[in-house]
Amino acid sequence: MTTATAQLRASPLDALQRWLPKLVLAPSMFIVLVGFYGYILWTFVLSFTTSTFLPTYKWAGLAQYARLFDNDRWWVASKNLLLFGGLFIAISLAIGVLLAVLLDQRIRREGFIRTIYLYPMALSMIVTGTAWKWLLNPGMGLDKLLRDWGWEGFRLDWLIDPDRVVYCLVIAAVWQASGFIMAMFLAGLRGVDPSIIRAAQIDGASLPRIYWTVVLPSLRPVFFSALMILSHIAIKSFDLVAAMTAGGPGYSSDLPAMFMYSFTFSRGQMGMGSASAILMLGAILAILVPYLYSELRSKRHA
Amino acid sequence: MHSSAAKISLSRLAIHAVLLGAVLLYLVPLVVMLLTSFKTPEDISSGNLLSWPAVVTGIGWVKAWETVSGYFWNSIMITVPAVLISTAIGALNGYVLSMWRFRGSQLFFGLLLFGCFLPFQTVLLPASFTLGKLGLASTTGGLVLVHVVYGLAFTTLFFRNFYVSVPDALVKAARLDGAGFFTILRRIILPMSTPIIMVCLIWQFTQIWNDFLFGVVFSSGDSQPITVALNNLVNTSTGAKEYNVDMAAAMIAGLPTLLVYVVAGKYFVRGLTAGAVKG
Repeated sequence: MTTATAQLRASPLDALQRWLPKLVLAPSMFIVLVGFYGYILWTFVLSFTTSTFLPTYKWAGLAQYARLFDNDRWWVASKNLLLFGGLFIAISLAIGVLLAVLLDQRIRREGFIRTIYLYPMALSMIVTGTAWKWLLNPGMGLDKLLRDWGWEGFRLDWLIDPDRVVYCLVIAAVWQASGFIMAMFLAGLRGVDPSIIRAAQIDGASLPRIYWTVVLPSLRPVFFSALMILSHIAIKSFDLVAAMTAGGPGYSSDLPAMFMYSFTFSRGQMGMGSASAILMLGAILAILVPYLYSELRSKRHA
Repeated sequence: MHSSAAKISLSRLAIHAVLLGAVLLYLVPLVVMLLTSFKTPEDISSGNLLSWPAVVTGIGWVKAWETVSGYFWNSIMITVPAVLISTAIGALNGYVLSMWRFRGSQLFFGLLLFGCFLPFQTVLLPASFTLGKLGLASTTGGLVLVHVVYGLAFTTLFFRNFYVSVPDALVKAARLDGAGFFTILRRIILPMSTPIIMVCLIWQFTQIWNDFLFGVVFSSGDSQPITVALNNLVNTSTGAKEYNVDMAAAMIAGLPTLLVYVVAGKYFVRGLTAGAVKG
């Protein structure tokens, strides 16, 4: 035994074998350390400089953050994110759960129906935005369609209404993501022990009641994952705004991701753009950290 | 008994009605895009979204293809290598992280996972400086690099989670037999990896084909991907709006991922839930 190990140690080929896993992982380690964390740090540093069109490393303290908080457009973008994110998440969850529960009732052609609900997820936000921009076109889109169909007083001009344009983004985003939420919950429902439902039925509980009080509460983990994914999509939303409204009318439908892009790359406000990116990261972390914490804790308890 | 049976069939009817209604609602945008893309501009202004084309014409598709075909090829030139490279690296990483763990490899996996949630806005500027330094600014090669780097988190996650569920005994036995790192990978691991390779390829294809943020930041003019070209086409304010061309271009931009979804939907869904739920 000891001679065998000694022999193995001696072989240079074996030394290579021992190093091989580390060697294989090394490029990715480099990428992660530099391209992820190093770049975040770099952006963090830039947010404390006076950089405008070009990066300069002149210390500005918190000046960029102060400018950001003085900027009306940033506040509009942040409030829009809360409104857009809140509605998008709530409606997607509601529709996703409802469709999943209904589809779970031994429906014929379930596979086909599921395919239809989920196809928007295969499309880019740009295609989605292009389609919905046309559908919501005041005067030519649904606006005209419903009038043609006899609803004389129908008006749908939200796309050019600064007070309502965010709802247009919500509609398009819900159309794209709700089918995915449906798929997540359906997968969860398939994992629920059917004997639980049968037992409750024998006790005389109605099916909707059983779902509401027994089945759905057991899907808490799915619910939190869905919440996590939807908020992540909301915070990163950029393409949809670009395609549908470009932030307009004015900057009434701006979102932080759009703000970051236009200040950093179009307006030559690198410092302030970086500050806004760091705040976006903060928003993601504020959601991610409690989520991961609860995930890890529940795993440890399990 | 009678009334409860009637109640049950009534509620079944209601369930089917809701499901079918939802099917129609989800389909409306696609139907509208198709109908509009085959109309003439006059037809579009005289009819409505769901009116049948007075004359079915392919002129919108021809014009759209003339405008975006170059960018369509750019997207292929970006997507194909980026998908293949990021999947290959992801497979190797996942293999190491599940079967050749070493001290610190778990920590690395944790650090890498954060990449699934990273808001790319926090890396855009440094990445663009780097691409400039490498002479890759505004090239499709630069976009390939960026997509590989920021796709690694998901591709590694896919393979690592898949390989973790492979029984240890299999690999241990092979190691005792003297099989090395690459022999085990080639003889044992890769032959059983087809499902996860499919999931990963499809996920990466969809992500990269549909990307807009990297495309708009890291490319310009001739190197732009189709999403950026579509956005430029739809949001230009010069000249009369040709909605048939817009919709045909949107269909062209969406068709590759739609096709993949129709053909390999199973893997698409699995990728979404694997990437999502376990993320």
